[in-house]
Amino acid sequence: MGDIVKQPGRLRPAPENFLTEEQVQAVGAGRRDFLRKSLFAAGAALAVPKMVRASEGDPNILENPAWTTSLGQPVATNPYGLPSKYESQLLRRESPGLARVGGASVSFAPLQGLFGIITPSGLHFERHHQGWHDIDPSKHRLMVNGSDDSLLKKAKVYTLDELMRLPSVSRIHFIECGANTGLEWGNVAVPTVQYTHGMLSCSEFTGVPLKVLLEDCGVDYKKARYVLAEGADGSSMTRTIPMEMVESGEVFVAYGQNGEMLRPENGYPLRLVVPGVQGVSWVKWLRRIEVGDKPYATKDEAVHYIDLLPSGLHRQYSSIQEAKSVITTPSGGQTLLDKGFYNVSGLAWSGRGKIKQVDVSFDGGINWQTARLEGPIQNKALTRFNINWVWDGSPAILQSRAIDETGFVQPSYGQLRAVRGTKSIYHNNAIQSWKVIESGEVSNVQVL
Amino acid sequence: MFRFSKTILVLALASAATAAVAFENYQGVGRPATTAEVKAWDIDVRPDFKGLPKGSGSVDRGNELFEEKCASCHGSFGESNEVFTPLAGGTTKDDVKNGRVRGLSSGELPQRTTFTKVATISTVFDYIQRAMPWTAPKSLKPDDVFAILAYLLNLQEIVPADFVLSDKNIADVQKLLPNRNGMTTEHGMWPGAPAKKGGIGNGGKPDTANKACMKNCKPEVLIGSTLPEYARTAHGELADQNRSFGPVRGTRTLGPEAAKKAADAGTLELATKSGCMACHGMKSKIVGPGYSEVLARYKDQTDAESRLIAKVKAGGQGVWGSIPMPPNTHVKDEDLKTLVQWILNGSK
Repeated sequence: MGDIVKQPGRLRPAPENFLTEEQVQAVGAGRRDFLRKSLFAAGAALAVPKMVRASEGDPNILENPAWTTSLGQPVATNPYGLPSKYESQLLRRESPGLARVGGASVSFAPLQGLFGIITPSGLHFERHHQGWHDIDPSKHRLMVNGSDDSLLKKAKVYTLDELMRLPSVSRIHFIECGANTGLEWGNVAVPTVQYTHGMLSCSEFTGVPLKVLLEDCGVDYKKARYVLAEGADGSSMTRTIPMEMVESGEVFVAYGQNGEMLRPENGYPLRLVVPGVQGVSWVKWLRRIEVGDKPYATKDEAVHYIDLLPSGLHRQYSSIQEAKSVITTPSGGQTLLDKGFYNVSGLAWSGRGKIKQVDVSFDGGINWQTARLEGPIQNKALTRFNINWVWDGSPAILQSRAIDETGFVQPSYGQLRAVRGTKSIYHNNAIQSWKVIESGEVSNVQVL
Repeated sequence: MFRFSKTILVLALASAATAAVAFENYQGVGRPATTAEVKAWDIDVRPDFKGLPKGSGSVDRGNELFEEKCASCHGSFGESNEVFTPLAGGTTKDDVKNGRVRGLSSGELPQRTTFTKVATISTVFDYIQRAMPWTAPKSLKPDDVFAILAYLLNLQEIVPADFVLSDKNIADVQKLLPNRNGMTTEHGMWPGAPAKKGGIGNGGKPDTANKACMKNCKPEVLIGSTLPEYARTAHGELADQNRSFGPVRGTRTLGPEAAKKAADAGTLELATKSGCMACHGMKSKIVGPGYSEVLARYKDQTDAESRLIAKVKAGGQGVWGSIPMPPNTHVKDEDLKTLVQWILNGSK
């Protein structure tokens, strides 16, 4: 078994999902009639299949299946497209007990099954503060005003028609909720990477730099040093954004996501994109931008999204998501099928720029090897890493450690807690550990 | 707050017509906001009380309003932890004096409340005004907001029972907030300029400093915490949350029987959380009928599921006695469906 990589063409037992677990057990117990009936059912639509002996080869090869010998569906049967019906298991999911009201809750992206760096729009995590609406774009407006007459020459109103006429940019960025991994500040609490790290997504966003709009309104950058972004939902979410980020051209007002319009759950028809900054600042259903000369201390920067330090002080206006990484395959709640070769894969990101290096350890952090970074490696975007591993069947602890272009190295749990204690909720970017036991089961552990 | 004067508007238009200012580049895009439009949307209130509307409200009036509009989620005394975290409690007279909540550092505080955290009273005014009540945001007039805030401040023992909060005295109340000195901006997670250059934050300097050691980095692996068994199964059947092919499978955390049991237990919990169990028993009547009684009446009706869903949602009266069932619009449609299916499948 350990030499699986040296055995090309090795045959596997009964194809996955072809038999139910009960049927597999029945076959295992020597009752092969189950198997025969199932094979028959699968081929019944066409012709009675020729029963083949296992020694001749894989029936999936020796017998042409229906999709090879019949007419398929015509174009536009699903005009907006749908995933395969065999892909019904990877979904956004809520963590039970996390929130008591669906309108102020979170759904997590299934990172354990995603590839590359782009999150499919339908699987992008959700975090709402007062429920989501599907806003009529023809009735949506964006207002830009000043908290004072001296900060902006002219308050203006834009429609979607108008915003979409302006010069646009398309950029790939990650968005991470400040509370991502927050369940784990004190101890291990949840089983899978979906619940530990799934308040994280990455998309190509398209829109107009906020700078373009502020300059269109005649902003005075000398006086106006802060921006208040406000949403059109019931909570009218508000967050203070530093003008430095707006002036740099990074912050933009987005309507497009992954080639389509934003999804309603992600702010349709307009949201703010604030690269590198926690998701709460990426105000959804954006309806107003106010420029000001002081920060605003809104509810989500003065009551929530504040970090409790051991001294009893709260850190306020925390925004940047520091460098972080996680192995997604294999990860908690998964079981390795067999000993042998695996491509260990994961994601790394930094709110301070590009990922420079990711190291992986298979022995709980005693020794490390540098992983392969897959392109594209972009500013404030998810970066996919891969590394070869041959599992010999003995226990192992897998970890990944991200380093960004500023030289910042992702901290261990011990290092993070030494500064911030265990009650912080937000901004947990500690190194994640996955323990593999002899059975192949992978589970969540914390290594100090 | 933007105060548009006619003069400024005229001047702005005049300068647009003559000078080569930036907004000429995007001709036909956007239009000036009217004074009424800015007033309608510009509702934010800053810590220096810029944006605060004029008005006032008493603790007594706030008590009435709170009972009517807020208590169902927050409890009559802002103490409830059922729907949201508590608003009031957790501070002492010494905290009011010092402006720091001691329970935050001593570890004596079982749960943080709004008033153990908030350092600026404008924040609470702003949030009530823009986002409360939960199901009808922005329906409160400024006087209502002042009154509700006065009631909360009295609950928190910051102001006396005969207090009237207004735009005139709110700045004085600010000086009594128990955690007014409890915030720091000196950290690397604010992306703007550092404090010495007129911004807030420390200019982006991180507070941890790991080193990228590669070989023999430590003598042993210290495990701080492992997944408790209950947490392994609390998220359901993990086998069903992973792709069914590829290098790994989701670990089977529940057997088929355990899965059904967990689903049933989850539904009972859902029924409890949704408030159903206050009036209905599993078998017999409390206020409304027991679920087995409901099942007995509806089991042979082909449209039982949709009829029951509609009934639970809209409420009803007369079928089981004189006490009406209130509308249950707070329960999500999918949860209603789960609950009704559970009842019709012989709830356990």
